[in-house]
Amino acid sequence: MDRATPPQAAAGVAKLVIESNEWRELAQDVAAASGRLLALWGSRSLVNGDVLRAVVVAPPRALLVTVPLQDGTRRFPGVEHVFPAAGRMQRAVFDLSGLRSSDPDTRPWLRHAAWPADAFPLATDAMPPSSPSPVDDYAFVRVEGDGVHEIAVGPVHAGIIEPGHFRFSVVGEKVLRLEERLGYVHKGIERRFTELKILDGHRLAARISGDSGVAFSWAYCEALERMSGLQLPGRALMLRALALELERIANHLGDLGALGNDAGFAFGLAQFSRLKELLLRATEQALGQRYLLDFLVPGGTHRDLAPDGAAALGRCVDRIEAEAQVLRGIYDEHTGVRDRFAGTGTVLPELAAWLGLVGLPARASGQPLDLRIDLPQPPYDALDVNRCVQHDGDVLARVTLRFEEIVESLRLVRQMLRALPSGAHIVPVSVPAAGSLGVGLVEGWRGPVVVGLEAGPDGAISRCHPQDPSWHNWPALEHAVIGNIVPDFPLINKSFNLSYSGHDL
Amino acid sequence: MLKTLRQIVRTGIVTEALPAAADELRVREALESRIREVLGRALCIRQVDAGSCNGCELEIHALGNPIYSLESAGIRFVASPRHADLLLVTGPVSRHMEVALRRTYDATPDPKLVVAVGDCGACGGIFGEGYASCGAVSNVIPVDVVVPGCPPSPTRILAGILAAISGSTAPQAIRANP
Repeated sequence: MDRATPPQAAAGVAKLVIESNEWRELAQDVAAASGRLLALWGSRSLVNGDVLRAVVVAPPRALLVTVPLQDGTRRFPGVEHVFPAAGRMQRAVFDLSGLRSSDPDTRPWLRHAAWPADAFPLATDAMPPSSPSPVDDYAFVRVEGDGVHEIAVGPVHAGIIEPGHFRFSVVGEKVLRLEERLGYVHKGIERRFTELKILDGHRLAARISGDSGVAFSWAYCEALERMSGLQLPGRALMLRALALELERIANHLGDLGALGNDAGFAFGLAQFSRLKELLLRATEQALGQRYLLDFLVPGGTHRDLAPDGAAALGRCVDRIEAEAQVLRGIYDEHTGVRDRFAGTGTVLPELAAWLGLVGLPARASGQPLDLRIDLPQPPYDALDVNRCVQHDGDVLARVTLRFEEIVESLRLVRQMLRALPSGAHIVPVSVPAAGSLGVGLVEGWRGPVVVGLEAGPDGAISRCHPQDPSWHNWPALEHAVIGNIVPDFPLINKSFNLSYSGHDL
Repeated sequence: MLKTLRQIVRTGIVTEALPAAADELRVREALESRIREVLGRALCIRQVDAGSCNGCELEIHALGNPIYSLESAGIRFVASPRHADLLLVTGPVSRHMEVALRRTYDATPDPKLVVAVGDCGACGGIFGEGYASCGAVSNVIPVDVVVPGCPPSPTRILAGILAAISGSTAPQAIRANP
């Protein structure tokens, strides 16, 4: 990281332009410092033509790297050997922007057959033509040998979950290999951004992955506000953090219930889904919506805390804390549940480090990164967030981590309700100049959420790239299930609870 | 075990009364009322996410919590379209899910109902129609009831489901013992 001295240190994320042949070396430096590649996208810059952009973090530094590509080549050096998760990101960069990495896996990733292979939706002004048949034949890796057979699951799953395809190669009940195929809910979000005004884009950002609406809309607003160096009032920042922690608690409560259910303990689902409902109702009373998809707006928040909001949230927080503690005791003591959780779907810390896991599954495998602590943006720099880490990397570790993060977030909510600054909850935002570039980084409940935003002329968006932490963690799920039995897959999958929509864009 | 039982007793019954069927959400009069009477008493739903941001799924999940308690109204989610009377579809329908949605619809036995959930299922929502999005569910399969909202509340979704199956039947008749 030494050579990456920021020439123009913007708040939090430094910007750096490097030559194409320096990209691998920089990636290796970041990996050597236990850093992470958080986002990767292709763009057509007004100044440099075709560019590859990346966001890397190695606390306490974060960098937005721009790699201009020589005229005509549209190729860039691949870094899959440094960051395994980069493989799929690079394939997606080609599918959407037509920039090709030098890595060997050139199978399409987000493109199935809805548009032709030589049309790149983010590289043309004209809408790409639709192919007649949106069904194609994907080259799954075949496992061969005595008694090996395949189980194909999806895209329409048996439960109320998002669509994706899983191809298991199994012997008896034991999983030898899992290969994921995603992209089913690709709906052209990045191109849709370019049709919106930059002051309206937060609404789409909130709907990249509905369960992470606060995280994505905050990252979008942060990217936009950084372009103009806008300082938000303390109350606006604190209300945003309050919303983010409520989103974290709600999702964790939902997951803990679903995990109990997947382990055959329906009592857990009934109890936790009830607590989640109570929280959503208190959230609606305090901030106006059950899910806060429209709460964050550029310049602050759409509305202020309701007059009786603090009291309603306070009561709800106390109740959830007391009941979650009882339920944790029950989960801990239930031998059937423990038996299903412990030693299932393990990702050891060494593997997690090599795969570059981020967010909740990373912290359950001993990888401590938490942007709220390691790259704290206001108001988190003044909140003293306690780091929660587990080391066993199994379903039980991911369950335990959720219990601990709920306790910590409840504490933060209480602290924020007490210390909520007075003043405005929103300030005016100006339209950024064409060519401005901003990045937003937010630790959502699932992990670090990134939005890279480039301003076009007349208040337009020339490019917006959101990156969900699921990009980094989906490949880890393929490793986690190896050697487990097929019936444990839903449990393992739920313990990661990754986003399909946030990934497929 | 004692702790579990104590928690169950302490929680008590928290289920709320069903909402009235929201008849204004019905966009198609395709079924005879007699079929509604038959389906309304034990309705099986297959949920299909055809491209949603997963926000609608969160509220559909909430229907199963003890407060809305969908199952106590005789309505349940099933794992296969072949077991289903009603498809609950969220959108916008991505082009990559278009064929899967059609196949799911075809696999559902007649007579069948389709409820499109959310602004995106209703009209494409903020995603609209584009190179990868077909927009509204009704652009791909016939739809009986549309429940707008982003996401619509569980009560609203429930009112939409009841509108699809109840016809003129009063909702109280469906939940035997609230």
